Formats: sequence, C-alpha cells, structure tokens
Amino acid sequence: MAPKSSVSTISSRVVPFWRDVRVIRILSQVAFAILVAAVAGLLYSNMKRGLETRGLSGGFDFLRLEAGFQIGEGIAYDPSDSYARAFLVGIVNTLRVTIVGIILATILGVVMGVARLSTNWLVNKIAAVYVELIRNTPLLVQLFVWYFAIILKLPRVKESIVLPGSIFISNRGMALPWPVPTASFRPWSYWLAAAAAVAVGLGIVCARGERRRGRPPFSRLWIGAAFVILPFLGWFLTPGGSPLLLNKPALQGWNYQGGLTLTPEFTALLLGLVVYTGAFIAEVVRAGIQAVPRGQIEAARAMGLTEGQTLRLVIFPQALRVIIPPLTSQYLNLAKNSSLAIAIGFPDLFNVAGTIFNQTGQAVQVIALIMASYLSMSLFTSLLMNLYNRRIQLVER
Amino acid sequence: MKHSYYTFVGLMVLIVLLAACAPAAPQVVEKQVEVTRIVEKEVPVEVTRVVEVAAPPAAAKLETVKKRGYLICGCNNALPGFGYLEPDGSYSGFDVEFCRAIAAAIFNDPTKVEFRPLTAKERFTALQTGEVDVLIRNTTWTLSRDTSVGLDFAPTTFYDGQGIMVRKADNITSLEDLRGGTICVTAGTTTEMNLADQMRKRGIEYNHVVFETYDEVVAAYEDERCDAMTMDRSGLASRRTTLAKPEDHVILPEVLSKEPLGPATMHGDNQWNDVVSWVVYGMINAEEFGITSANVDDFLGSEDPEIRRLLGDEGDLGVGLGLDNRFVYYVIKHVGNYGEVYDRNLGPGTVFNLDRGLNALWTKGGLLYAIPFR
Repeated sequence: MAPKSSVSTISSRVVPFWRDVRVIRILSQVAFAILVAAVAGLLYSNMKRGLETRGLSGGFDFLRLEAGFQIGEGIAYDPSDSYARAFLVGIVNTLRVTIVGIILATILGVVMGVARLSTNWLVNKIAAVYVELIRNTPLLVQLFVWYFAIILKLPRVKESIVLPGSIFISNRGMALPWPVPTASFRPWSYWLAAAAAVAVGLGIVCARGERRRGRPPFSRLWIGAAFVILPFLGWFLTPGGSPLLLNKPALQGWNYQGGLTLTPEFTALLLGLVVYTGAFIAEVVRAGIQAVPRGQIEAARAMGLTEGQTLRLVIFPQALRVIIPPLTSQYLNLAKNSSLAIAIGFPDLFNVAGTIFNQTGQAVQVIALIMASYLSMSLFTSLLMNLYNRRIQLVER
Repeated sequence: MKHSYYTFVGLMVLIVLLAACAPAAPQVVEKQVEVTRIVEKEVPVEVTRVVEVAAPPAAAKLETVKKRGYLICGCNNALPGFGYLEPDGSYSGFDVEFCRAIAAAIFNDPTKVEFRPLTAKERFTALQTGEVDVLIRNTTWTLSRDTSVGLDFAPTTFYDGQGIMVRKADNITSLEDLRGGTICVTAGTTTEMNLADQMRKRGIEYNHVVFETYDEVVAAYEDERCDAMTMDRSGLASRRTTLAKPEDHVILPEVLSKEPLGPATMHGDNQWNDVVSWVVYGMINAEEFGITSANVDDFLGSEDPEIRRLLGDEGDLGVGLGLDNRFVYYVIKHVGNYGEVYDRNLGPGTVFNLDRGLNALWTKGGLLYAIPFR
C-alpha cells in the first residue's frame, strides 16, 4: 500500500516536515484536539436538532416563571416564587447537609481511624466491624435503613421522647430549643465582631512571638478568653434586654412549633452520609498513620513524649500529608452522594431540580444547571483542600 | 514510523470531514489523494456516514414499531388496577390493557408489547428521547405538557381528580383540618402543584414531604410521618388496598383538581398519535354498540353501516391510519371494549370497586363520547 518512490527520493540530511518527529507530535496533538472538538460539536448539534424537532425551546428564561410547588424545608420560599428561587433553596439545602456532613464525618473518621490502630482489643474490633460493615454495603440501602427502619419507627408526635432541656424526639423529627435574635441583637453583634477582631489580633501577636523566641509570649488560652469575655460583657451592657431569647418547642396541633426542628429527612440523610463517609475516612486516616515510619514513633517515645503528644506532635503532622489528597475525594463523594436525598424525601438540589424539569420539560437545561452546581461545589472544595495540602506539604531543602 | 504517518493522514482526513461536514468534503479529499491511496478508499464510506448522521431522524413512529415487531409502552408498575407488576412478572391494569390494545391494533397480537416501568419523574424524558413509543402511565393532560414538555395527548381514558387520604382516627373531615399538618406527595406530578395551589387559595399553612415513588409515599404515610397523603383518587383507592388496615383510612370527599388521564405520544408525529387516539375511540364506540370480545364475531358482516365501518367490513378507515382495516376488530377480539377493560381492572368485581362515575358513556351520564367512525 505504501508508495515506495517517496522514501527513496528523500535526502538523508533534510528531513521533510511530515517526517519530523517534533512536527508530528505537535500536529498529532492538534489533530486530536480537533477530533475531540468535532465530536463534541457533533453531539451538541445533534442535541440541538433533537430539541428543535421535539419543539423544546432552549434558553433559561423559564427560571423566571412562578414555581408553584411547595418545598419542605430550607430558606424562606413561597410557591409564588420563581423557579430560580426554588433552585436556590435546593442548593442551600445541599450545602447545609454537605458542610455539616463533612465536619461530622471528619470527626467520626479520625476517631474511628485512630481506634482501628488501638491496642485495646475491644476498641480495635468495634472500629473494624464499623468500617467493614458500613464500607461494604450500598449507601442507598443504608439511607433506607436510617430513614424507614430507624427514624420513622420512633414514637409518634403525641408520644414523643422527652429529653431534659425541652428536647422532643419523634418520627416527625427532633425539636430543640433554639436562640432567637431580639431587637437588641444588632448592637450586640458589634461586640461579637470586636471580640473576633481582638482574638485574631492576639493570635497574630502570639504566632509572631513564637516564631521569634520559640515560645508564645502569653498563653493561647487568652485568645479564647478574649473571645468569650467580650461578648459576655456586651450581653449585659447592650441596652434593650438580652439579645437572644431561647425559644422552646411546644406541641401545637399536628407538630411541634417553635425552637428548631431537625426534620427526619435531614437527620436521616446526615446520619447516612456521615456514617458512610466516616468509614472511608477512617481507612484513609489509618493508612496515613501507618505510613509514618515506625522509627518516628520510637524516637518520640525515647524523647519521653506522652502518647497524646506523640500523636499530636509527631504522627499527625506527618500523616496529614498522606491523608489530605484521599480525604479530599471523600469530601467530594459526600457532596455528590447527597443527591440520594430524593429517595428519602429531603428537598436537596437534585430533588427540587427534578420537580422543576418535570414541570417545565426543560430537561437538558435543568440537568446542565444541576451539573454546573455540583461541579462548582466540588471544584471549590478541591481548591480549598489543595491550598491546605500545599501548606502542610513537607518543605524539601 | 511510516505506519503512524499513514494513520495520521487518515485521521486528519476523517477529522476534516467531520469538522467541515458534507459540502466541503470532496475538495479536501482530492488534495489528499495525491499523498496516499489509502485515503481514497476510506473516503466514500466516511462521506456517507456523515450524511447519514446529518439527516433528521425519521418521524414515522408507526413504521418504526412495525419494523421492530413489537410496541414499547411506558407504564406504571406500582399502581394496582392501573399499572402493576404482578409477582409472576407480568403486568396488569387499566393502562396496561390500553398498551395491549394498541399492540393488538397493529400486530393482531396483544402480547407484542414490551412494558417499560417508569417513575413519574422519568416518564417524559423517556418519551421525548423515544425510549418508549407511547406513554400510558396515569398521566394528566395539561397545557404545559402539551406545549413546553412536547407531548401530544390521545383522548382521555380515565377522568380522575386529586384526593386526600387520612387516618380515620384523626377525625379530619376537610382540608382546613389539615392546617399545620404534614402531607406526603410524589415528586414530578401535577399533584404537587395542585396541592400547593389549593392550600394557597385557602391560606392553609402546611408541611409536605416529597418522595420519588408511590411506595415511599405510602411507607412514610403508614409510619405516620405524614398526616395525609395525596394522589389521584383512583390511585388512593388502589393504594388503600395495599395498606395494612384499609378500613382505618378514609379518602376525603374534597376533590382538589381535574385529572384527565390518558395516553401520550411525542409531539410532531400526527400519524402515530392518530393510531393511539383511534384505538381508544374504537374501544369506546364498541361499548356504545354493545360489541364485546365475546360477541364481536357475531357482529362481523352486520347490516348496520356504522358497525361495518367500525369493524372494517366496509370502507378503508383502518388503511387510512396505516393499519389493517380490521384493527378495531383485533382490539375488541383480544382485549375488549372500554367497559370490559374498566370492569376487569377497576369495576365491581375487583378490590377497588370504583364507580364508573364520570367514566360512564355519555349516554349514561358520563363524559365518554367517542368520535364517529366515518
């Protein structure tokens, strides 16, 4: 198949450009880029034509229309608000469960990861059973168990479990007392801001002193004290009575009114995500700790550090470098897994968006919005974690 | 080296073809022919493929279905009486029988249908993308679904309304009694919006929980997560039979909305929509004439010109639809008329025992009025 003549006529010195390795490399990459663009273009035009033949208009104008459906929980919203507002409610609900979930899952994961390495037989085995059981069953099944088998089987509202401090637990959720801001909250918030500023200032002074003299100029407890004492003083000095009032829940009609109610859907989703992701984080933490050379621990013991000090000062700083990258992907998983909320009726982004696309029929646009939302959430998380990762990386000399 | 070079040139040509699309392609090809022969051979194939991709998809669903040899029908699998997956793997229900009727009209065989169970949320996308040929899944006909969602509806097969089911022990008699209560709903239904509308109209504050499927709604209601659940009244009647103690629950007399349920096809294929529509009209007409699956053979060769046209003894009404002239005969013979289908699935002999109500023939005070076969 190959033409023979072209090979023989070429001089051995001058390599024609199409035989030049460097050119071929560049050209083949350009070619590949064009191929990808062409395929993407083809898919896009196909989609567009498909939408046109079905009479589905493009564009995002529908977001301004009245949503007309109710959303179970979240920031202020009324069925007469727009689809865009409804979508925002979904996003905030997703963020709420994701952020709280990440914090709790990290705590649970670190505790369980350390426990798995414990020399105490019972602690060690409990952690092992937890990790193996949770890690090896599907999250959706776990969510159903949490929601339908555990939370909905709690007593009914009228037979709520009453805990000291006006906490009521029933299958309608957990009602807790919750502070409600009063008219004097605004002046008091300046005290809070001042306290935060003082605490930050003290922190900087403290860190600078430590860098210079190797020892903080005053105990770090002062920073915490400043943050507590100032608002405390402000509480009494602000005119117009106490800035926050504790609102206690009380049974009125069908449900508890007042205070803060954690809905069963939110609680089940949060528990499901925390327990599930915690198991993975536990393994990440265990691997990170085990990656610290044995000699480091022995050296720490030889220097007379206590167990706690060894963990805090020697093991963790080194383990973190191994832990952070896989931990980041666990955080991302948690955020994305929160879309399973629809199975247990929590109005997260995916759930609300599902209703929107069903009412408007604008599936492509809504799905694009869903993807863009999760993507920006994930990229932002990645960015933060990568910044943190860079800070704690070993500085090589 | 040489090998990769030719692959590279081949690839380039392919890319240029794809990127430039059909019209520009031949010129580019000619230039490349000087370089190598391999390309020359590849070209015709590639060009035709590009053209094929560019052509608009054929809209004739009826031809597609005939060629495939069976109908794909989007249905419910969790609503006893309408669309339900039986323990033995077969489907049963009122909507399901209409799927069978359409298959009978096309193939003279009611078994030539594949059922695709769909959730309320999935159903429109499944129809829009052509995954199902027809959607018969207790779907309400609304203006926005007809326009922006891109559906075309066939005549209503079941006139329904949205209802609310509550526990007897709670002594609820009207919507007002549900003030501050919690109501369970399925996602992606008109139900969700009707409820919000009604409550807004009456200024009633309420909480609600939205689930993806009926099963979850019913499970949450049974566990008393909700004080009430709402769906179409026929759906409530049907789901009540699956509750642990059906007699402990009542459906409120209030009807929240009009819910005309019927088959839907994708917008823009009139022929296919006509087929589905006239199968339904045929079944209603047959009931008017008293033609049933048992006596349909006696009506063949009847003197009545209307019946002759309906059963295909006279005229070419079926052929005009792209079907066999005897398509109504096949439907009645294999599946039965509207009344038979209703009684078999929802009537007095069943656990649902739903009154014909609005779904009686117009001659008997209902809304069913079939367009004449002329």
